[in-house]
Amino acid sequence: MKVAFYPGCVSKGACPELYVSAKAIAEPLGLQLEELTEAPCTGAGVLSEQNPDLADSLNGLTLAMAEEKGADLMTICSTCQGVLAGTSFHLAKDEQRRAKVNATIGDQGFTYSGKTKVKHLLWMLFEDIGLDRIRAAIKYKLTGLKIAPFYGCYILRPQEALGLLERPERKTYLEQLIGLLGAEAVEYRGSTKCCGFPMLTFNREKSLAMGGNHIMEAKEKGADLLVTPCPLCHLNLDGQQPDAARVLKKKIDVPIFHLPQLLGLAFGFTPAELRLDHHVVPTRGALEKVELKV
Amino acid sequence: MQFTIEVGRYNPEGTYAAAATPGEPYPPPWDKAPPRRYQSYSVDLPEHAVVLDALIAIREFQDDSVAVRCACRSAICGSCAMWINGHAHLACKSKLSEFTKNGKTRVEAPPSMPVIRDLICDMAPFWEKHFNVKPWLEGKKPAPGPMEEYRVPNAAMEELIQEVSCISCGACLMDCESFAVNPEFLGPQALAQAYRYAGDPRDAQTHERLGELSGPGGVWDCTHCYECVTQCPKGVAPLEQILKLRKMAVDDGYTQNAGTRHADAFAESVKHSGRLNELTLLPKSVGFFNIVGQLQTLPSAFNMIRAGKLPPIVHKTIPGVKRIQTIFQRLGGRFK
Repeated sequence: MKVAFYPGCVSKGACPELYVSAKAIAEPLGLQLEELTEAPCTGAGVLSEQNPDLADSLNGLTLAMAEEKGADLMTICSTCQGVLAGTSFHLAKDEQRRAKVNATIGDQGFTYSGKTKVKHLLWMLFEDIGLDRIRAAIKYKLTGLKIAPFYGCYILRPQEALGLLERPERKTYLEQLIGLLGAEAVEYRGSTKCCGFPMLTFNREKSLAMGGNHIMEAKEKGADLLVTPCPLCHLNLDGQQPDAARVLKKKIDVPIFHLPQLLGLAFGFTPAELRLDHHVVPTRGALEKVELKV
Repeated sequence: MQFTIEVGRYNPEGTYAAAATPGEPYPPPWDKAPPRRYQSYSVDLPEHAVVLDALIAIREFQDDSVAVRCACRSAICGSCAMWINGHAHLACKSKLSEFTKNGKTRVEAPPSMPVIRDLICDMAPFWEKHFNVKPWLEGKKPAPGPMEEYRVPNAAMEELIQEVSCISCGACLMDCESFAVNPEFLGPQALAQAYRYAGDPRDAQTHERLGELSGPGGVWDCTHCYECVTQCPKGVAPLEQILKLRKMAVDDGYTQNAGTRHADAFAESVKHSGRLNELTLLPKSVGFFNIVGQLQTLPSAFNMIRAGKLPPIVHKTIPGVKRIQTIFQRLGGRFK
């Protein structure tokens, strides 16, 4: 299945392990990734709050690029998903807004007709690839691992623009997937909450406390690791975890996996192939539980 | 239809022990909230009944010691906001059949607010924030004469209808992620009200208001998680109003803050290369002359470098970046 692949800046920057693992699992899932190499950054909601028209045109251009490829747009980041799905939602129903975008990108060789569907890999697994195909790709069950899902805000909220009112099951895909891979999903309040990343540069201590609290809650419920479909959550929960431990005055030490890394392990890739050695919080303890080594 | 309701019981004397079973401690940051005990009741109500119907039935016919605050029963007065299955909702607007999970519905006072008794929380922190944003118009001078009135165009008031719909139930604050870790944060309800007045053409204090809202506890302390948009029972969408205030404040010249530096650094990076430069974003947002702030970020930066997570030193430009630069030239405004 052909998809217009939008990797997002972070998978090409501070989280290269996400890009590598996403590319690795594409083949066993039957995904033909046509990367949108000329698509700009979404602006992560920062640009749209200061300049909505600018953000509309940048993201409208990306949607037009996917439309030209004749494929759904696939993201691997909850934040990219939120921003692009939001733009797609508004441009589909608001002709005037779409005309404004086309007036800006028209002479750049692109027109957007409002048809591109934006789907995170997590949604594609259930809605396009199908559970049978995933089951067939599993070579190694992750039995014995207790995994806490961590969605990231923008794949859950706002609900209307993300299509969650028509498809409320999207709020349960991570739990379902963890079960499918043979592991146990940890139920905890923090799974749908904010990692604190958007506040990191404005209010560092509170941002770290926010993320750290959710990991601690999962840890107290027995989680060996957290899995997230959002690299920005990963940056705050993994990259800043030692600092969050200092703020909370608690020992945390819970590794944070990217969604494709978890799938990759079950598909038989080695931890090194998935770059599980490129994390701030060591993944060794969790991997040893399923007899894997970094 | 038979429904099972688990009611969170609490009183300062701690005398509900016999009838109720202890619950798990609340997750952090509320792990110090007073422990609640849960008491189960079974009520027979029609399929369309709401949570408040069940609570009133319990109080009237089974156990008159259950304390619940309610008045209008029509989602107008805002007094019955409480936690239902761990999220803030109006009990009078939440259908039992939709909330029943594993055969029961759990209701309790939210641990994010001080609790008085059972389902009644103390709204004092909420009202303090509300009054802190001066929720009234500071009229323009000269005032209209005795037989005149302030005239405003309809469109200007239509813009504010959404915020005027607020019923001060506090559901947004009860589930606010920033408030949970930062009690100083003004919170979604107060900030949505702040926009209602700052955005009103009759107000004479807009500039001063925006200055205060750009400070600690103000618009930049929101973590942008959309919980308030999801929980608000009246469609006020507080986050959207907070984002409008951020833009108004920046446009009005309040740019000496991390929020504006962050947006500027973000835009600069996308305009220059088409993508985000993570290497320069953080130091630029913190501010180059903020030595303490810069030092605070160093340990994490060092940890990330050691793990091999350093973004490429040479920041690559995406192919076709000219297109992006043209869009910035046309629509960039401040970011041109």
